[in-house]
Amino acid sequence: MDTLSLLMQGFAVALTPESIMFAVAGAILGTLIGALPGLGPANGVAILIPLAFSLGLSPTSSLILLTSVYAGAMYGGRISSILLNIPGDEPAMMTCLDGYPMALKGKAAEALAISAIASFIGSFIATIGLVILAPILAKFALKFGPSEYFALFALAFATLGGITGKNQFKTLMAAAIGLMIATVGIDISTGVQRYTFNTLELFEGVDFIIAIVGLFAISELLFFLERHAGDGLKQVAINKLKLSAKDIIKVLPASIRGALLGFVSGVLPGAGASLGSFISYTLEKRTSDKGEFGHGDPRGVAAPEAGNNGAASGALVPMLTLGVPGSGTTAVLLAMLISLNISPGPMLFQQNADLVWGVIAAMFVGNLVLLLLNIPMVGIFVKLLSIPPKYLMPIVTLIASVGIYSVSHSALDLYFMVGFGVAGYIFRKVDIPLVPIILGMLLGPEMEKSLRHALVLSDGDWSVLFNSGLSIGLWIVAILGLVLPIIVGPIVRAKMARSKNSTR
Amino acid sequence: MLKNLSLKSVLVSGAVALSMVGQAHAYEPARSAECIAPANPGGGWDFTCRSVGKVLVDQDYIKGNVQTVNMSGAGGGVAFAHTVSKRAKDDNLIVAASTATTTRLAQGQFPGMNSDQVKWVGTLGADYGIIAVGKDSKYTSLSQLIDALKQDPTSVKFAGGSASGGWDHLKVLMTAQKAQVENLPKIRYLAFSGGSEALVQVVGGHVDAFTGDVSEVKGFMDSGDLRVLAVLSEQRLPAPFNAIPTAMEQGIDSVAPNWRGFYVPGKASQESYDWWVDTMNELYTTQEWKDIMTKNGLMPFHKSGAEFTQFVKNQTLDIQILSKDIGLIR
Repeated sequence: MDTLSLLMQGFAVALTPESIMFAVAGAILGTLIGALPGLGPANGVAILIPLAFSLGLSPTSSLILLTSVYAGAMYGGRISSILLNIPGDEPAMMTCLDGYPMALKGKAAEALAISAIASFIGSFIATIGLVILAPILAKFALKFGPSEYFALFALAFATLGGITGKNQFKTLMAAAIGLMIATVGIDISTGVQRYTFNTLELFEGVDFIIAIVGLFAISELLFFLERHAGDGLKQVAINKLKLSAKDIIKVLPASIRGALLGFVSGVLPGAGASLGSFISYTLEKRTSDKGEFGHGDPRGVAAPEAGNNGAASGALVPMLTLGVPGSGTTAVLLAMLISLNISPGPMLFQQNADLVWGVIAAMFVGNLVLLLLNIPMVGIFVKLLSIPPKYLMPIVTLIASVGIYSVSHSALDLYFMVGFGVAGYIFRKVDIPLVPIILGMLLGPEMEKSLRHALVLSDGDWSVLFNSGLSIGLWIVAILGLVLPIIVGPIVRAKMARSKNSTR
Repeated sequence: MLKNLSLKSVLVSGAVALSMVGQAHAYEPARSAECIAPANPGGGWDFTCRSVGKVLVDQDYIKGNVQTVNMSGAGGGVAFAHTVSKRAKDDNLIVAASTATTTRLAQGQFPGMNSDQVKWVGTLGADYGIIAVGKDSKYTSLSQLIDALKQDPTSVKFAGGSASGGWDHLKVLMTAQKAQVENLPKIRYLAFSGGSEALVQVVGGHVDAFTGDVSEVKGFMDSGDLRVLAVLSEQRLPAPFNAIPTAMEQGIDSVAPNWRGFYVPGKASQESYDWWVDTMNELYTTQEWKDIMTKNGLMPFHKSGAEFTQFVKNQTLDIQILSKDIGLIR
């Protein structure tokens, strides 16, 4: 069957009232969470995973809800960037560069509207890219044997630090913590229990979902308690929107270029949205001869927004087809898929075609919803920024606890969640990134398994790891991914910092 | 325990006789019941609980509702321990089980627990084991594959969706043992986190053979990417699987049903146990259940009460002996 008819079937799933309801709810919640300073999409999805469990949603509904939250958080991240000059997360940083100056010039409404349109274009084009690329990659994935998978996981770990990552050592440490947690439980290759101390609850290892909710959501709660117990953010007034068709046409090329670049960098494991928005911005700055980049140029808002939303959808490609997440948020979504007993990979497109295409179609619907929500109703979200966290955070905690308890009805899971929350708080205090921990937990066992399988198949001959063109290619990219950030990273970061400083 | 058992079987046969003359039991089920699925939503046990729960309510066996509670952990061990220690006298609780449960009990993977601690109600169908190869494989029959194993037990590598020593692995070993293959521990088995992952590796040509259940292979069988060499059942399965030869036809006496069924707490009252046994017997014959079985690739396999209890005992013992033989457990 061809892609188009599958997509049409997907729309049949996505356009049921139930699916639309979850897409709208996810979009609103996601935008809200994304708009809160410091809360990125990974946190957003992590906070709302328990909601899906406590409501007992079907896998399709859960995924529609969470991908909408993901998209919504990407949209929402720009609101605080533009209005407060505080990026909601790293990818939204580039939006500050021209967004905040626009707001200072009294053009906040225009900046918000342009960024919403650019976000829409970015997501839309990248979702089309996902539709085209994912089935091709899913077929190609059959070529991946254990040694190719091992190289791919090595690639994912090698590029973990990413171009924009700050401290490679701490990233490494975080990944090692994740890998260590992942060794708890039964080792499926030998059937032996590791580090379980005869505690039944540990036999299947530590649940990703509990770790994710603890590390992201509970630690966020602790941070809120510490930072501003009670008071909301100062309310920002925005001007009346004056946007002509000409203004939109002017930013279209920048948005489309940003979307494509973002998509490509999203597809590469590890690179992710930060790189997408960064490349889009710098390219736009370089290609346009004149303009006032850094001083409130609309194109400087459009390009990175299209880039980071494009990367968000692009990151779903390796996650769905190979089971290797391209970003922190897709790692969280992957954990959710595994919890729902859905294994990503080429079989997903065969066995769960309804689910995959339903979710992809829901992404189109969600984006349209987000565009409609974000232009006329942006004022409401701005007002929501001033909701005191003292009302918000107890709700989050309640949802998290009920959701985690409903997964396996075990009080021990709740202790674990709190434990991870405290650990997450400490890690963030000492600047140890959380995403590599999750990736270590998710990918570690898979990587170990692939290595073991490769060696069983070759009767212990290590050269099997390099015996196909595909695996050699993956190793080369992995080595580049490891070495380049060390050389190029400081240059890129210096540039980012320079362009940020020049706006002040 | 033995005394208990014989008493139980007498009572069960008595109860069956009673129900045959159409009399009501003394035991009245509560308005609602609970079904523990010892895994996360979406898996086999979850499916067993939810689908049986629905039929129980639809067919008016239970007036209120049957709530499915997911209690994952230790491959069913957490739920088993919970049932034994905290719910031992609960008359309104059933717990989903399958061959995976007996495998783990047999191998002592639920520390300090054994199959006598609960009462086994019955099965409502089974998913039969199969052995398959990719379409480009040189093997066209199970006998060829077994001959290759006899020559060199490491020559054929198997992929399956259970951990080492789990049911998918045991199926291969049981079949090889019945065919007098020597050096069973040498047979290479690659454990994947699920049947579909293992299947992709076999279809992709990376691993020689797939061991799994018949419900997992329909997609790749229809597309022609997978050649199913044998189904491990007594007779050929109904369409669309009727073209697959059984292992028995090929001279290997290997049968491996992955049954789906239930147990209840060990100290549940005899009346409630009888009620559950009778209810499962009746449920199994309803059209609604038959439709669910067809839709989900479940094959006929029904044992209940004393017969099922004995079956579980035998299966546990068989698996224990095999696991010892191949050095999985001591």
